[in-house]
Amino acid sequence: MNHSRSWRVRGLTAAGVSAALVLAACGGGGGGTGSQQGSSNQSSQAVFNAASTSVVNPSDKKGGTLKFANPGDWDSLDPGETYYAYSWNFARLYGRSLMMFKSGPGKEGNQLVPDLAEAPGKSSDGAKTWTYKIRKGVKFDDGTEVTSADVKYAVLRSTDKQTFPNGPAYWEAPSALNLPNGYKGPYKTPNMNTDSAIETPDEYTIVFHMKKPFAAFDYLVQQPDTMPVPKDKDTGAKYRNSIVSTGPYKFADMQPGKSFNLVRNDQWDPATDPNRKALPDRIEVTLNVNADDLDNRLLSGDLDVDVTAVGVQPAAQSRVLQDPTLKANADNPLGVRNWYTSINPTVPPLNNIECRKAIMYGMDHTGYQTAYGGQFAGGDIATTILPPSIPGHVDFDLYPSGPDHKGDLDAAKKSLEACGQPNGFETNIAYRAERPKEKAAAEAFQQALGRIGIKLTLRPYPLADYFAQYCGLPPYVVKNKLGLCINGWGADWPDGFGFLSQITDSRVIRPAGGSSNTSVRIPEVDKMLDTALTELNTDKRNQIWGEIDKRVMQEAVIYPGVYSKALFVRSKNATNIMVTDAYGEYDYLGMGAQK
Amino acid sequence: MTLPPEAGAEAEAAAPEAVLAGAGTTEGRSLGQIAWMRLKKDKVALGGGIFLIFLILVAIFAPLIVKYLGYPPNEFHQELIDTAGGTLEPIGRFGGMSWDHLMGVEPVNGRDIFSRVVYGSRISLLIAFLATLLSVAIGTTLGIISGFIGGWTDTLTSRLMDIFLAFPLLVLAIALAGVFPDDAFGLHGNQLRIALLIFIIGFFNWPYIGRIIRGQTLSLREREFVESAKSIGARRGYILRTEMLPNLIAPILVYSTLLIPTNILFEAALSFLGVGIRPPTPSWGGMLSDAVVYYTQPHFMFWPGMAIFVTVLAFNLFGDGLRDALDPRANR
Repeated sequence: MNHSRSWRVRGLTAAGVSAALVLAACGGGGGGTGSQQGSSNQSSQAVFNAASTSVVNPSDKKGGTLKFANPGDWDSLDPGETYYAYSWNFARLYGRSLMMFKSGPGKEGNQLVPDLAEAPGKSSDGAKTWTYKIRKGVKFDDGTEVTSADVKYAVLRSTDKQTFPNGPAYWEAPSALNLPNGYKGPYKTPNMNTDSAIETPDEYTIVFHMKKPFAAFDYLVQQPDTMPVPKDKDTGAKYRNSIVSTGPYKFADMQPGKSFNLVRNDQWDPATDPNRKALPDRIEVTLNVNADDLDNRLLSGDLDVDVTAVGVQPAAQSRVLQDPTLKANADNPLGVRNWYTSINPTVPPLNNIECRKAIMYGMDHTGYQTAYGGQFAGGDIATTILPPSIPGHVDFDLYPSGPDHKGDLDAAKKSLEACGQPNGFETNIAYRAERPKEKAAAEAFQQALGRIGIKLTLRPYPLADYFAQYCGLPPYVVKNKLGLCINGWGADWPDGFGFLSQITDSRVIRPAGGSSNTSVRIPEVDKMLDTALTELNTDKRNQIWGEIDKRVMQEAVIYPGVYSKALFVRSKNATNIMVTDAYGEYDYLGMGAQK
Repeated sequence: MTLPPEAGAEAEAAAPEAVLAGAGTTEGRSLGQIAWMRLKKDKVALGGGIFLIFLILVAIFAPLIVKYLGYPPNEFHQELIDTAGGTLEPIGRFGGMSWDHLMGVEPVNGRDIFSRVVYGSRISLLIAFLATLLSVAIGTTLGIISGFIGGWTDTLTSRLMDIFLAFPLLVLAIALAGVFPDDAFGLHGNQLRIALLIFIIGFFNWPYIGRIIRGQTLSLREREFVESAKSIGARRGYILRTEMLPNLIAPILVYSTLLIPTNILFEAALSFLGVGIRPPTPSWGGMLSDAVVYYTQPHFMFWPGMAIFVTVLAFNLFGDGLRDALDPRANR
């Protein structure tokens, strides 16, 4: 069940050497806390951050055009290959996966509902086998009916990582689908029998066989790679430009790298689809729009949505925050990402828990928050690993940092004494050189810990190899005394498994490097993760996630940093504006247009 | 202004022979004195020179200046930042400029820009000077040897220069600075970074000066005083040191002065690209790089940008003046 990385953080990195200008989370996420109500004015209907918890401009009016823009380009529009949160959010417009996240505001958007499937999966064989019934009468945009074979084909083709290098790697991971040995996808090994992995006993039934239990399997089949692909229309890596739609919209005027439009798909039958309102007639998408230009056009009403949902650039940010009218028409949801810092217990003296605690107590939380962009663009101060928008999150604070969150220096000094380093110690802090926010966070650490005598040296490393050769490479960490590694994680879906498995399971740490988990090695937590994987009861499973969170925090191996937030500008033309917790973005599926 | 240059040319040609004869007091003026006289008349160059002296003093006495007029360069002043409003911009006009913070403070962490610019001058000047020294040392040695000995030595050295000139220096610098570990050659952290930058900038810039020296040597070795030295049986080493080198001082000095600003810019470029000095140690290029994200806060970019601009301008003006003074024929 390994996957190499989570939803990627979308940064606007200029080609080649120049530093990334903006790095914001994939997600913001709806309203867990709803703390800021800003300059709300009872007589005015626009309220800051309203769309995070409720629907702004509700309407059922059909018609009109929505204008989306992307400051860059999709990794791929192919449902079998795409791996950005915004892309998964958007893909629901043109494709139907077995399950999907409901279109709704805040926590409502976190619910899984059957889409192409008639009902959630039925498990057998100890959560290793999962069966879905497919709805009858669902058609591709060419009029042919969707069968279980099309879903099977879609999943199998997505496992070919040579053809589709960008996509998530859940299916073909060593412990995932029970694929035959040597299977290399339907292009290279077309005649291999794959019934050991996916069976299609009839046209409307599909059965998945996993090697290991996977209790939260419904989350896995909400991935766009279960959106059916017709075998005879599949063109491999080129399919991204000629996608056959099953949703209410299909592609038109595809100009790769420039623009495309989504127009109504007349073969889509609302009777087979209880989840989609499909309000606008047209969605126009422009690619490669300068990020600052994009913000200005959002503010002027010329565009409706920055589809990547990274939040506005610093220039527009200060404009929006300083102008009460603009601010009232902005949203500031919490994401499904935590920008944390690993405290590596393999590096002396951090092998002593008291020295790690000194860091937890001594760090200035507000400094960290400011480094990431402050309370609006950065995020809320975190005291746990799981962000509030993920089910299972429990609010606790094991290392209180004083009323002003500037750190508890007395407690920190006591911990230092208990550690046998009363005058502090020296260690290094690593960060990704291309990320100004991480650099600022490292500098904030240096300043704050300097107060208790801990001397930090900054060590920037290239983003591309950060985990492969530096922070994720255990011998390197020890040899170069990287006591702290600035880190961050966003879940592929709002669930404890997606969030915790890759960053708290010690078994993902590989001696050859590459793991995002650099500091958590607690055998007890490994066992708890295994228990959760076989726990079919959702509530009990969520409870385990909270317990894991607490257990890891007790060891003081992760400084929790901030739960990411992003500042969005609300469209002037759009209706039904709401932020879904599933993606921490505006819900693109429910959005309508006035004109 | 037509007569003095003529006289100068005479003097320049005459000086080495005078030295050789051990009778340097004919006119009472050495080459240096004449050049100095001319330089004094060039007010622009003199202004540049005075500014450079000022700058060097600032760099040397940075801790003292900052003690009285600023704050420790890495100290945060987040109370001066608008964290409540969420913009993270400095509170107050012009980036929070005040008597306390002469050039305002940085967005996000509120570090004092004045102190950072002052400290940044140390890094910029240190690296630029030492890198220039390295280039000049290598360039002069190889240039003289190549020009004087000639033959296959010359061919070999010249091709070597061509190879070095064709090198994509920036790419190489980024690669080298990027892959280097944090400890090497007994150096550590920023010491190593500075040494590395000096090496990269200095080592790959020598062909420029090497070519000029080679050209000068070629023309010098055919001159009568060299011929006469040869004819009375002077050895090669003696001719190189006593006949050639003094005549090459002028171009070496001029091109060094003109190379320094290029190197300052190169260091700034490397820091800008993130392969220079490690943060939080301030350097001008690094400050510019930090400021790019906050282009709505022009003061953040203005001050380090201004520092680079003025310094490079001063070096160039001074270098031009020096060239005119030492080699009056060059620029008429």
